Amino acid sequence: MTKGAPILGIGAGLVLFFALVFSIVSTGHEARADTTPLKISIGYISEAIPEPDPLSLVEIVPKDKGIAGVRLGLEDNNTTGKFLKQTYEVAEKVIPAGGDLHQAATELTSAGIKLIIANLTADRLLELAAYPEMQDAVILDMRTQDDRLRSDDCRANVFHMMPNRAMKADALAQFLVSKQWMRWVLIEGSNPDDKAFADAIRRSAKRFKGDIVEQRTYTFAAGSRRTDTGQAQIRKQMTELTQRLPDYDVMIVADESEVFGDYLPYRTWDPRPVVGTSGLVPTAWHRSLEQWAGTQIQRRFIKATNRPMLERDYTGWMSARAFGESVTRINTADPKAIRDYMLSDKFELAAFKGVGLTFRHWDQQLREPILLASPLMLVSVSPQEGFLHQRTPLDTLGFDEPDSKCRLNP
Amino acid sequence: MRLLVGTSALALVLTVASQAHAYTAYVSNEKGNTVSVIDLDKMEVTATIPVGERPRGIIMSGDLKQVYICTSDADHIEVLDTETLKVTRTLPSGPDPELFTLAPDGKTLYVANEDNNMVTVLDLEANDVSAEIPVGTEPEGMGVSPDGKWLVNTSETTSMAHFIDTSSLEVVDSVLVDTRPRFARFTPDGSKVWVSSEVGGTVAVIDTATRKILHKVEFAVQGLRKETIQPVGIVITPDGKTAFVALGPANRVAVIDTASFEVKDYLLVGQRVWQLALTPDAKLLLSANGESNDVSVIDVDRLKALKSIPVGELPWGVAIK
Repeated sequence: MTKGAPILGIGAGLVLFFALVFSIVSTGHEARADTTPLKISIGYISEAIPEPDPLSLVEIVPKDKGIAGVRLGLEDNNTTGKFLKQTYEVAEKVIPAGGDLHQAATELTSAGIKLIIANLTADRLLELAAYPEMQDAVILDMRTQDDRLRSDDCRANVFHMMPNRAMKADALAQFLVSKQWMRWVLIEGSNPDDKAFADAIRRSAKRFKGDIVEQRTYTFAAGSRRTDTGQAQIRKQMTELTQRLPDYDVMIVADESEVFGDYLPYRTWDPRPVVGTSGLVPTAWHRSLEQWAGTQIQRRFIKATNRPMLERDYTGWMSARAFGESVTRINTADPKAIRDYMLSDKFELAAFKGVGLTFRHWDQQLREPILLASPLMLVSVSPQEGFLHQRTPLDTLGFDEPDSKCRLNP
Repeated sequence: MRLLVGTSALALVLTVASQAHAYTAYVSNEKGNTVSVIDLDKMEVTATIPVGERPRGIIMSGDLKQVYICTSDADHIEVLDTETLKVTRTLPSGPDPELFTLAPDGKTLYVANEDNNMVTVLDLEANDVSAEIPVGTEPEGMGVSPDGKWLVNTSETTSMAHFIDTSSLEVVDSVLVDTRPRFARFTPDGSKVWVSSEVGGTVAVIDTATRKILHKVEFAVQGLRKETIQPVGIVITPDGKTAFVALGPANRVAVIDTASFEVKDYLLVGQRVWQLALTPDAKLLLSANGESNDVSVIDVDRLKALKSIPVGELPWGVAIK
């Protein structure tokens, strides 16, 4: 299943490492064009698991979701690298659903690759992080949103590029509070991921004084979707689901499984906006973002893939760039040095959000502004004005140091 | 009484204006797809000219009879005649031209093509692309040395200032600066290049001969978070003593003593201040303020904002003759 470029041997890696140490001594802090050539091998691991089909026929289902962003990030690294005699390559490992993750991991590590980008679900990511060969690796998690990976299950060799659900829920809650839409109805699906998002909303409600006036769970399956009779049936179902609610301002839907969420707008009993996993959605990336030079990467991505950039492509791009940015600045591909650099106050990732992005040292989550977008437009960006923090307003989103159960780098 | 105050204010404006020798400013409005023409005597917009899509970089021709405009989404450069105020022709530029600079002899335009990682060299007499130089990802800032020998391009995602020898048209050195470098400006004596880093929040002063960073200018405005200070446009007075740096969403222009690199003042202007331009006599400084859709006019001697002039939608750059 391995695609992509050849892989470095351990011996070559060691030679490189020494070459690097000398080049740092000879050139000092500023990286220059006369540095020693350096080859940086990154491993990409993913599992081919089915994902829920989107409800709307309009929404695209790309086969290269995520990896397309990694590839573009790698290309950007190589454009920069050619001025520093650095070449980047990625070894792509995609295992079949339920396949042998350990074998894929050891294929990478035995080739000396310890810079890993993981496009895996939470349990699989924890498996990967636990392998003995991965203990001195740096794993960038481009996929999971699970709050537990930033609390009870945080790992020293894992950095998170995707914002977790608590960050997204806080981003949404801040927006609702700034609009003075304080009375919320929460409708959640029956799958674990739906409940996880609903839990994050309940936590945000407590933090930002949102009033959840009623909670309901959607259990029936909407059959015959996308057909004539289907749409009539759906309309009736959604109206029934949302009737006889107490007074409320906004309906929050938690349906990551794509079972009913997109059916709610305009079909609710009361005329109220829908937000959450449908309607107005908190997300790390949206194809409508054009400020902060967003237009540039949107266009480069479309040129490379013939489709818009999705959230997981963005976190994939950021993962490749986080490695690239670190190697460019410290002029070594040593995982330990990269880990230290990424946790230092010198690390700063420019990722089209108007501010440099840094990692929280306690749970190794990337701090990032969260976009709030309707299907076709950027509506707002959180943190909202007025939500203040002594360190950075970005720490008003998600798990701040005092309330984190994770203490990775005290 | 109110009338009296009004009259004296008007008299003040007229005094300043009379020193300005009937200068004209041309402002590119990125979202409006127009160029606003400002009479700096009257301090008002006298014409609004429709141009191609997404006009950004804007610069006067060597003979001051024309204005070159990077119409980025039209994928070419438009030439505006200053007499007729009409776009008379277009120049080939490569895709997505964002910013450019004119060689001191007025014969060559160097254009940054943001979408395809190239700098395009445009021979103005032949109206032809004479070379393309590969640079880093998202090239933007373009500065040429006063003797015309050095061209500096900044690439935003690569975070470098590329030094290009204009005789060989090759990148001979690349200096790593802070993240998202936006703009490059040589000092009038050519000995240094100032490079602004938008996300890094600093301005690197690079020695032209050795290509070493001599100093990094940092900024701090009381009551503003560090991340809202994003340096973009830079101008340096002809005597080389003072640099002005636009600070983007900080809505301020920093005034820097080029000898000590000390920030002497922060001038409050409009919102999301982007590019800057000085009048030829260096008495007035104009800033394009993208979000407030206006241009601030600053008295350089007194370091005071005199007026804000409403222009088109999302003003990006300014050229003055």
